[in-house]
Amino acid sequence: MNALLAAALPLAVEGPSEASSVTNDASWFLENAWIIPLLPAISFVLILFFGKRMPKKGAEFGIAAVGIAFLLAVLTGFSWLDHRDNFDGPLAESPSTHADDEHHDDHSDDADHSDDDHADEEALGVAVVEQDGTSSSDAIVLTVEEDGEKGGEHPYVAVQQSTQWLQSGGIEFNAGILVDGLSVMMLFVVTIISLLVHIYSTDYVSGDRRYTHYFAFLSLFTASMLFFVLSDNILQMIVGWELVGVCSFALIGHWWEEKPNSDAALKAFLTNRVGDVGLLVGMITLFFAAGGGQTFDTLAINNAVVQGEVGHTALIVAAAALMAAVMSKSGQFVLHTWLPDAMAGPTPVSALIHAATMVVAGIYMVARLYPVFFEGMQIGGSSINLLSTVGAITLVFAGLLAFVQTDIKKVLAYSTVSQLGYMAMALGVGAWTAAVFHLFTHAFFKANLFLGSGSVAHAVHSFDMKKSMGGMKKFMPRTYITFIIGSVALAGLPPLAGFWSKDEILVGTGGWGLFGGTGGNGAYTFHLLMGMVGAALTAAYMTRCIYLTFHGEYRGNDAHDDDHAHADDHADDHDPHAVADPAHAGDHHEPHESGPRILWPLYILSGFSILVGFLNLPKGFQLVPKSWELRFEHFIEPAGASYFPAIAHGAPSWSLAIVSTAIALAGIGGAYWYYFVKVDGLAKQTGQHLTELPNGFVTTNKLARAGHKVLVEKYYLDHLYTGIIAGFTKGPLARATYWVNQTIIDGTVDAAGRTAVKVGKGVYDTIDQGVIEGVVNGSGKVSDASGEGLRHINTGKVQNYAAILFAGAALLAGAFIVILAL
Amino acid sequence: MLLNQFLLLAAALFCIGVYGVLARKNGMLVLMSIELILNAVNINLVAFGSLTDDVAGEVFALFTIAVAAAEVGIGLAIVLLMYRNRRSIDLSEADLMKG
Repeated sequence: MNALLAAALPLAVEGPSEASSVTNDASWFLENAWIIPLLPAISFVLILFFGKRMPKKGAEFGIAAVGIAFLLAVLTGFSWLDHRDNFDGPLAESPSTHADDEHHDDHSDDADHSDDDHADEEALGVAVVEQDGTSSSDAIVLTVEEDGEKGGEHPYVAVQQSTQWLQSGGIEFNAGILVDGLSVMMLFVVTIISLLVHIYSTDYVSGDRRYTHYFAFLSLFTASMLFFVLSDNILQMIVGWELVGVCSFALIGHWWEEKPNSDAALKAFLTNRVGDVGLLVGMITLFFAAGGGQTFDTLAINNAVVQGEVGHTALIVAAAALMAAVMSKSGQFVLHTWLPDAMAGPTPVSALIHAATMVVAGIYMVARLYPVFFEGMQIGGSSINLLSTVGAITLVFAGLLAFVQTDIKKVLAYSTVSQLGYMAMALGVGAWTAAVFHLFTHAFFKANLFLGSGSVAHAVHSFDMKKSMGGMKKFMPRTYITFIIGSVALAGLPPLAGFWSKDEILVGTGGWGLFGGTGGNGAYTFHLLMGMVGAALTAAYMTRCIYLTFHGEYRGNDAHDDDHAHADDHADDHDPHAVADPAHAGDHHEPHESGPRILWPLYILSGFSILVGFLNLPKGFQLVPKSWELRFEHFIEPAGASYFPAIAHGAPSWSLAIVSTAIALAGIGGAYWYYFVKVDGLAKQTGQHLTELPNGFVTTNKLARAGHKVLVEKYYLDHLYTGIIAGFTKGPLARATYWVNQTIIDGTVDAAGRTAVKVGKGVYDTIDQGVIEGVVNGSGKVSDASGEGLRHINTGKVQNYAAILFAGAALLAGAFIVILAL
Repeated sequence: MLLNQFLLLAAALFCIGVYGVLARKNGMLVLMSIELILNAVNINLVAFGSLTDDVAGEVFALFTIAVAAAEVGIGLAIVLLMYRNRRSIDLSEADLMKG
C-alpha cells in the first residue's frame, strides 16, 4: 500500500492545477464548525456578567453551551464520516507557497471567485465546471491508485474555511477552521469530556466560594481548546495554545488562598513559558522556511514540506524548537515536573485539563504539523530520533515515579505523563494513527480514573491513599467498579480500550522484526522494549493504587488523629472541602457513595473505556468481518492527502499482542503478590494497618533503598530547577558576588576611604574652610537671589505661562529665520 | 492666486488670537481666541493646499477642525466647573498652580 501511495503522491502533486486535498464546499456542519468553540466562549461571557444572578450560579450556561457544542460535534462527526466516503465536490486550489508565482496566484483567485459564483448562480457555472474538471482528474488518479487496495474509495479531502483577518505588508493574516478527521476527533473528545466534567462539577465543587468563577473558566478552557484544534493556521494555533495555558493557570490556582496551590499554578505557567519560547521560534522558522514568509496556513506549510521544498536544516531547527513546546505542554521528561503539581486544582479540572485535553495539545500539534517532524527528524527509515526517544524515556521514568506516590491523584498524574510518553513515542516512530488513537482512548479512561479518584476523595476529604483511604470497596462499590474498568483499560488488557491503542503503538515501532514481525518506518527496537517495560509498570502501579485505595482496612479514622502532625505533607493541601467548608474537615464519619451527578459521568466514561478500542481493530484480525477493521484509521488518518507524509504502517501480529498482554499480566501479578498477598496477609496477621512490608526489599536492600530515594525525590529534577538553577543564582552565586563585594570592592573602597579621610582632614582645614566655604556660601546666595527673582514668574496664572510660551516660540522662530537667512 | 493676502489674513487672525489668549481675563473669550489661532492655521493649510494643488492641506484642515471641536468641549467643561466652584470665570483669580 505504501508503494502505491508513494506512486500516487507525485501524480497528485504534479497535476496541472496543483490541487491539494482541501475543499471549502462541504456539508453545513463541516463548513460551520466554528460555531462549536463560539458557544462556550459566549457562555464564558454570560457567566462572568450574569452568572451570580442565575438560580444555578452560572453552571446552567456552561452546561447548555457545552451540551449544544457536544451535539454539534457529534453531528459534525457524522458529516465527516459521510464526507470521507462520499465527497466528490470541487477541490480548492492549494494555497501558493511561492511569493513569485504570480500566475498561480491569479489562478487560485479565479478558483475562489468561481466557487462563490457557483453558490449564487448556476448559470455562471461554466468556469466552475472547467475548474472541477482539472481538479477532480487528480482525485481520480488517487482513487484509481487506491482501488486496488481498498476498493473504490474516495480521496481524503479536508475542509477549510478561512477569512482574512488583516493584511499587512502584503502578508495576509487569516482566521479560519480546518476540519479533517483529526480535528473532528478532537472536537468529539473535548466536548464530551467537558460536558461530563461540567455535570460532575455541579456536585463536586458545590458550595465553593468561587463556584461561578470556576464555571466561567471551565467554559473558557473548553472554548480555547476547541479553538486550538480547529485552527487552520499556525498563528491561530499559538493563540489557542496560550489561551489554554492561561485557563490552566487560573484553574490550578482555583484555591489560591493556600500557598502550595498558587505555587503549583505559577509553576505550571512558568514551565509552560519555557516551552512557549520554543513554540514561537519553531512557528517563526516554519513561517519563513515553509510558508515562504507569505503564509501561516498549516496545510500550505505541510504541503511545502511534503513536496520537499523546504531545506532540511530549517526543518531540524523547527522540529527541535517545537519539541521544547511539546515537552512542556505535554509533560515530556525534563519539563514534566509541573504536571503532577498541577493536581492542586479541583479534581474535575485535573480530569479535563491534565488528563484528557490540554496536555494532549502538544501531541495534537505534532500530529497536525506531522510532515515537519517526519521530514525534520527523518522518522522514516531511522532507528532513533529526539521525539521518539524523549517519549520512550518519559514513559518509563514517569511510570517508575508513580510507584512512590501516596497521593492518588499524583499516581494518575504520573500515569498521564507516562501515557503521553507513549503518544510522543508513537509519533516519533511514525505510528501516527496509533498515537492519535491512544490519545482518543486515553482521554476516556484517564478522565474516568481522575473522576473516580475525585469521587473517593469527595467521600474521605483527602487524596492521601496511605492515611485516609483503604477498604473503600465496601463503602463505594459503584466507584470501585468504574475505577477497576478504567485501570484495566489503562493497563492495556484485552479487550478494553487501552489494549488496542497501546498494542498499535508497539506494532508501529517496527522493532518486532527481531521476533518475526514486520513493518513500521524503521527498526525502533529500543522503543519497543521501553514500551513493553512501560506496559508492565502501568499494570503494576495501577494494581498498587487499587489496593491502597479500595482494599485492606479503612485507615481514614486513625489517620485523622495525627492529621495535624503531617502539616508538611502536601498531599492534604487540596482537600476538596477543607476550603469550601472548614467545619466539615474534622468529621469522623463513615465515607459513603457519591451522588448521581458524580456517578453517571463515571458510568458513561467506563462504557467508553470498554468500547472505544473496537473502533480501530487491527488489520487481519481474524475474529471480525473485514469491514470492521481500521475504521478509525480510515476516517482519521489523512493517508494519501497532499499535506501528509507517506508513512508506513506496521503489520500487527498475534505474537506481539500475546506477549504484551502477558507482560501487563506479569506487572499486575507482581503487584498483586506484593500487596494483595504479602501486605494484606501480614496486615491481617498482625492486625495493623499496613501499606507496605516493614521488611521489604526497599528497607533491606541498599541499592533498592537508594533507588527508592531517587524516585521519592522525583529524580531530583525539582532540586535541579529550584535548588541548583534558582538556588545557584541566589545561593553560591549570590555569596560569591557578596564575597567579591565585601573583600575586593569594599576593600578597595575602604582603603580609598581611609586615604580619603586622611587627605580630607588636611584639606578640610585649609581648602574647605577657606576656599570651598566661600564658594558654597556664595553659590547659595546667588541661587537665593535668582530664586527670589524667578519667584515672580511663577504666578500660577495660565496666561502668564502662555505668554512665556509664546515668547519662547517667537524667539525660536526668529532664530530659525536668522539661520535660514545665513 | 494671491497667496500673500491669505497669509496676511492668517497672520492677522493669529496675532489677534494670541493677544486674546494672553490679555483677556474672561475664560470664554480665551477659548474663543484659541479658536482664532487654530483657524488662522487652517487658512494657511487650505491656502497652501490649493496653491500646490494637493488635497492634503484641506484634509489636515478638517482634522484640525475635529480636534478643535474636542478641545473646545474640554475647555468649556473646565470653564463650567470653574464657574460652579468660584462663581466666576476670571482667569486672573485662578492661580492654584502657584508653587
